[in-house]
Amino acid sequence: MRIVVCVKQVPNPEIAASQYRVDEQARTVAPVAGVQLVMSPFDEQAVEAALRIRDAQPGTTITVMSLGAESARNVIKHGLAMGADEGVLLADPAFAGSDGYTTALTLTAAIKKIGNVDLVLTGRQAADWDGGVVGAGIGELLGVPVVTFAKEVSVEAGVARVERVLDDGSEIVEAPLPVVVTVSNELGTPRVPSLRETMRAARKPVAAWSASDLGLAAAAVGAAGARRVLERMFIPVKQNRCEFIAGNSPAEQAVGLAQRLREAKLI
Amino acid sequence: MRGADSLCVLVVAETLQGKTTSPTCELLGLARCLADQAGGTVVAALLGSGGDAVAQELITRGADKVLVAEHALLGEYHADAWVPLIARICRQAACDAILLSHNAVGADLAPRLAFRLGTAVATGCVEVALSAGRFTLTRPCYGGNAREVVAFKTTPAIATVRPGCYDALAADASRSGTVEQVPPELDATAIRTRIVARKRDAADGMRLEDAKVIVAGGRGLNGADGFGVLAELARALGGAVGASRVPCDLGWCPRSWQIGLTGRTVTPELYIAVGISGAGHHMAGCGNARTIVAINTDPEAAIFREARYGVVGDFQQFIPAFVSEVQRLSG
Repeated sequence: MRIVVCVKQVPNPEIAASQYRVDEQARTVAPVAGVQLVMSPFDEQAVEAALRIRDAQPGTTITVMSLGAESARNVIKHGLAMGADEGVLLADPAFAGSDGYTTALTLTAAIKKIGNVDLVLTGRQAADWDGGVVGAGIGELLGVPVVTFAKEVSVEAGVARVERVLDDGSEIVEAPLPVVVTVSNELGTPRVPSLRETMRAARKPVAAWSASDLGLAAAAVGAAGARRVLERMFIPVKQNRCEFIAGNSPAEQAVGLAQRLREAKLI
Repeated sequence: MRGADSLCVLVVAETLQGKTTSPTCELLGLARCLADQAGGTVVAALLGSGGDAVAQELITRGADKVLVAEHALLGEYHADAWVPLIARICRQAACDAILLSHNAVGADLAPRLAFRLGTAVATGCVEVALSAGRFTLTRPCYGGNAREVVAFKTTPAIATVRPGCYDALAADASRSGTVEQVPPELDATAIRTRIVARKRDAADGMRLEDAKVIVAGGRGLNGADGFGVLAELARALGGAVGASRVPCDLGWCPRSWQIGLTGRTVTPELYIAVGISGAGHHMAGCGNARTIVAINTDPEAAIFREARYGVVGDFQQFIPAFVSEVQRLSG
């Protein structure tokens, strides 16, 4: 079986909110010194899902694919160190400024170029734009079923069985391969690369494809082909002043808080 | 783009136990407001069963026209059944914008619909505006730490809107509208996926979206037992219990309690955050609460920048004292 996992490189989402800076002129999150670029966490869980399937079905090949700058090679290497077999980097100046549509279009072209892909996995959304659009888009463009928000994925006899998260529970969906599955955090903690796998990863093949390698015109990809126009970006202003409830004991604080909330007619 | 005089905004309606959900009513309020700016119309798409009573309810909440498709397969959301049908309804209605609630249904449906219709979508929006016939959409990104404002080169504009960002119109029985049946024409071959089981968490309390008071716990609870303490406070206040992502991931509480970017969006009058650090991805789900109270041992926690009232201290000691005080005041 052949699995492709689409992963994205993002600024470490674990940094404190106060560290975010937006360049309003350039309409981007400004790089802050010392903030690492990492694999988007839901994508890491998608790699984990692929590895669990391969654990159950030896002979499965896992390709980690990323659309991004040259630096995205590092998240591909991370996927290989987790245990994936090979990498594909989609890098081309023409890809800059991609939106959900052109990202899905480019990834789909690469999935077709790989050929005979049974399962495409990706995170439910990337930790930068939080869009949650690309996975569904790949499925639509490939014309195959999409199952979103997976907490468990298994494959048996050509059918993917996915437990997916709902607002108030979960459901189990079966879909014939090929299929696209987006993975949610409920899948669980991804494995940490071992030293041995990290050493092996250095020898695994990573292909690099441009727009022309994919047969895509520069005008069809990146910002040129995008359907979304980013008009503005900003950090929301908080006009909030917190009143700390003083007191020499929890009981005194409790009286203080209850009084404020009573005055505000909240209790 | 069509002329502003014929502007049409379509709302994908959702029902729960035969009634329109409150986020759907909010979407109708928003759609009415957008359509009225341009003398346009509001169309609601209603799939499943429930039929005429719900359709009339949608009209009292702001719809001019309700397109109803009824079929046994449409009762509960199933992407393969819903997406082609809603795409067809949207094409026939020639709408300029499509609004959906940002929940597990909307977040799954809207991106597929965008690709099907050759257009684009903004998910999890907090604002939808119209100027000179063009829609602009504001949404949180970067884990709730930043906002982006986007527009599209293609039509219709599709948006999933977070609950609680807009007010529903009061039900007005004097409003009139039309109800049209749409033949579902479900194509069996288009249904490629099969839902083999559905598990709903026991609804033992109030729905978080409907609660006026929410007591939510985070990593600082240090274990499942902490939620027992929070439940007592929620009981005393007549509210519900929620959580940030960490306790759900660690299995301290059901996943369905999760409030935040990838969980529920809530807008209670009073939100009491206990042992929650206040990361952007959590605040994306509760930042619109009217009053936030934070209880945390760390005075530097980001949650205090979001809160109106703060208590620095150990919740194990503070909450029981606060429960007795609430009971004394209400007793």
